[in-house]
Amino acid sequence: MGSGASTHHHFAFQNAEKAFKAAVLIQRWYRRYMARLEMRRQCTWSIFQSMEYAGQQDQVKLHDFFSYLVDHFTPSSHSERDFLNRMFTEERVPRDSEVEKCSDYESIEVPDNYTGPHLSFPLLPDHATALVEAFRLKQQLHARYVLNLLHETRKHLVQLPNISRVSTCYSEEITVCGDLHGQLDDLIFIFYKNGLPSPERAYVFNGDFVDRGKDSVEILMVLFAFMLVYPKEFHLNRGNHEDHMVNLRYGFTTEVMQKYKTHGKKILQRLQDVFCWLPLATLVDEKVLILHGGVSDMTDLELLSKLDRHKIVSTLRCKTRKEKEKQAEEKGKAKQTSSAGSLSPWFLPQSRSLPSSPLHLSSHKTHKTGRSSSVPSSILLDPRGLSRQARRSVDLELERCRQQAGFPVIKEKEEPWVFNPEADSAAGDLLEPSQEEWRQVVDILWSDPMAQEGCKANTVRGGGCYFGPNVTKRLLQKYDLQLLIRSHECKPEGYEFCHSRKVLTIFSASNYYAVGSNRGAYVKLGPALTPHIVQYQANKATHMLTMRQRISRVEESALRALRGKLFAHSSDLLEEFKKRDNGNTGLITLSDWAAAVESVLHLGLPWRMLRPQLVNSSTGNMLEYKSWLEDLAKEQLSHENIQSSLLETLYRNRSNLETIFRIIDSDHSGFISLDEFRQTWKLFSSHMKMDITDDGICDLARSIDFNKDGHIDINEFLEAVRLVEQSCSEGNASDCPQASNAKGSGSWPPTEDSLVSVTQVAS
Amino acid sequence: MNLDNTTSPNQGGCTAKGMLQGQFVICECLFQSWRQHGRTAGHPSKSALPPSISQLLIFELVVADLQRKIREAFEVFDHELNNTVDVREIGTIIRSLGCCPNEGELHDLIAEVEEEEPTGYIRFEKFLPVMTNILVEKRYRPIPEEILLQAFEVLDPTKRGFLSKEELIKYMTEEGEPFSQEEMEEMLSAAIGPESNFIHYRDYITMMVIDEN
Repeated sequence: MGSGASTHHHFAFQNAEKAFKAAVLIQRWYRRYMARLEMRRQCTWSIFQSMEYAGQQDQVKLHDFFSYLVDHFTPSSHSERDFLNRMFTEERVPRDSEVEKCSDYESIEVPDNYTGPHLSFPLLPDHATALVEAFRLKQQLHARYVLNLLHETRKHLVQLPNISRVSTCYSEEITVCGDLHGQLDDLIFIFYKNGLPSPERAYVFNGDFVDRGKDSVEILMVLFAFMLVYPKEFHLNRGNHEDHMVNLRYGFTTEVMQKYKTHGKKILQRLQDVFCWLPLATLVDEKVLILHGGVSDMTDLELLSKLDRHKIVSTLRCKTRKEKEKQAEEKGKAKQTSSAGSLSPWFLPQSRSLPSSPLHLSSHKTHKTGRSSSVPSSILLDPRGLSRQARRSVDLELERCRQQAGFPVIKEKEEPWVFNPEADSAAGDLLEPSQEEWRQVVDILWSDPMAQEGCKANTVRGGGCYFGPNVTKRLLQKYDLQLLIRSHECKPEGYEFCHSRKVLTIFSASNYYAVGSNRGAYVKLGPALTPHIVQYQANKATHMLTMRQRISRVEESALRALRGKLFAHSSDLLEEFKKRDNGNTGLITLSDWAAAVESVLHLGLPWRMLRPQLVNSSTGNMLEYKSWLEDLAKEQLSHENIQSSLLETLYRNRSNLETIFRIIDSDHSGFISLDEFRQTWKLFSSHMKMDITDDGICDLARSIDFNKDGHIDINEFLEAVRLVEQSCSEGNASDCPQASNAKGSGSWPPTEDSLVSVTQVAS
Repeated sequence: MNLDNTTSPNQGGCTAKGMLQGQFVICECLFQSWRQHGRTAGHPSKSALPPSISQLLIFELVVADLQRKIREAFEVFDHELNNTVDVREIGTIIRSLGCCPNEGELHDLIAEVEEEEPTGYIRFEKFLPVMTNILVEKRYRPIPEEILLQAFEVLDPTKRGFLSKEELIKYMTEEGEPFSQEEMEEMLSAAIGPESNFIHYRDYITMMVIDEN
């Protein structure tokens, strides 16, 4: 040592070592930063998912609630009976025949000042393309064309089998898309990026076209148009949202009524029918099975091919045949009713068990009333009417309600049919699905894959099951298949393989939970049937953000929604907090806070991790819970004139209320009378934990009837309860770039800079 | 506990025979460290007296709370709901619990919690005692802002106040525990605008630290 050179080396070595150490330090710090972001992202996802599924469970609970009421509620007055009846009836529609259907739309005039797209039938490919372009320019299709299109669609669908078959011999490539949920931007993007449908380019859309997003109608129009234009190459599968009961809650019904007003109701009726006629699954080259939800260990493709899919009006309400009929028909198939009748309804205070679900049929008295006593006389007189199922099932429901309510039935029980026995059984067969058939359909529309082996009830959704890798394996082996493609679940990357890549989930609604929450994806199959996946995210704004900014935005949406939910349970939370506040100090530990919140909300969320963002008023380790709850309330409330505890109950039940109101408002006018409103509350409070007096209800009703005309505008009422949702949507509106996209360039395809990058993912 | 303030990980807390035993063993650790250093995690006393029963009970409460935190973080990634997580998520979990190990330390930790025959999954029963130990002993503490600044300054010996994009890329992908391309891109996107070519690291650090809080 000592020579210049080696000293220089020595210093150089030291410097290198220092640089190395500095780099490690920076990298270490950065990786921790990213890990925390990842944790936040994952937590945010959990929040959205748990709230979404809680909402779905609510829907099932609501269904059970009504069924329970029908079975057990004794109306004490004539008006109450009427009210109850009306909750289950749709307006009787004029006699169902082809002629009638035509006159639906033929009588509707298209005004001269209409600037939207025109349709003429038979449709040509150019019409379908023009339709997409018109929608991209935010035009609306006139009701006449909508009904015409639905009429033609139904004619086409009726001819299709339950399981469509596609072959790569005819189309070189087949593109499968998942849930769209009313997000037209994503559909337009897919057509732009992948190409419009053509004889060489087949498409399969795997259900859930509607609800939640704002352009469900337009999506349906486009999909139906292409299906008519390319019947061999364009296929649709039914999803669990192609269901009028689900639509009542999740926004599609509202969208139709808002866009089409007086014609809306007719459109909804037609749609209810069209949905029932959608095929249940698609098979590619006899090797790749595509269906919306999943499978169960009981899934029987042969049975699914043969059943009358049109009988299954809604997977949420099952009206099945009598026990003995079913037994005779099934010839020894396993019965499903072992659990029925032993579950007590969830909303009775003493039962905190699993919600009754489509899986566990509660003890309806349907089988007692059966078909022989409740068929309106009109059926007996018109044999053609036998093949139109949708309205018949509703009529039966009406009859059942009348019976329950004590009105005289049209026919005595056990009265023999006028027809001969063959027609009899035909009538019976056509009217209602068997329990087994219904269950098969629920399974394929609602199930989700799980990692564990086996098959168990899907308690999160309230319908279908969780199926494990062994179930998949057995099914694929049994039918000589190589892949199952399904949708139904939102995935951060728009797709996900599981079960050793035997199951592919494909989800095409990007930014589903919030702007930046997830990508969308579609999958292409060539003759080799190797899946090739393409991802996208149809919102340019998020592309410019860093990951941190994207995650923060989505997180903020989730937290806002979560805070709303916390507020909605304020009273229960206060009770739980008090329980843990032994000395009545007004303080609890943060640990107790987490435990209390979980015990009330049951969302299974990591509350300790979320705590810093939900609670900012803690001192040290203790929280003043009362003031925290007050802060929550201040954030959510802006109307001081309604009792806050009532508002909280309203808020908690607002989705249910909306649904109920829409059912009551059977003419979809947007108004219900004060009396109807009061009766609704009375029914509600008689079966839920609500101590509200009749006076309280009257006061509430009066205070909401702002113009004192004896009617409540449903929308105004719900506005009062949807305060937070309003501010949420205002916050998100600025994120949406599509508003600036309507520049009327008028050409197809849309220009590149209105869309965003796409990553190609090799299989 | 060793004199240089490290623990040999296989002493105490890792027998994985149940939470209760883990807790007692941890209290044992605390007791030992108390004896050696005169204080334990969270307790300000400088006296060399052994902890009293009540103090041990407080530690138990603290530990119980820590373990609930650990369980929560673990469950976020327990997608199959069977008390296991993918081994690739362990780093995220550990870091989100407030620790800041480097990659080498992380690999050692993973080795500790893995099965003898690695399955690709880590079980909660093995993870909990190890993680509890780490938190109780406050290992892998995050880096204070000043130290981080010094690290950047080492890479910027002429003290310009910034690094060029090329320099940062070179250091981060060639030195230390190199970044993957993805990591590098993400860091750049947050650190500099699309037009710029320089990272003013002082501002960068401040921004990131604010984000955290």
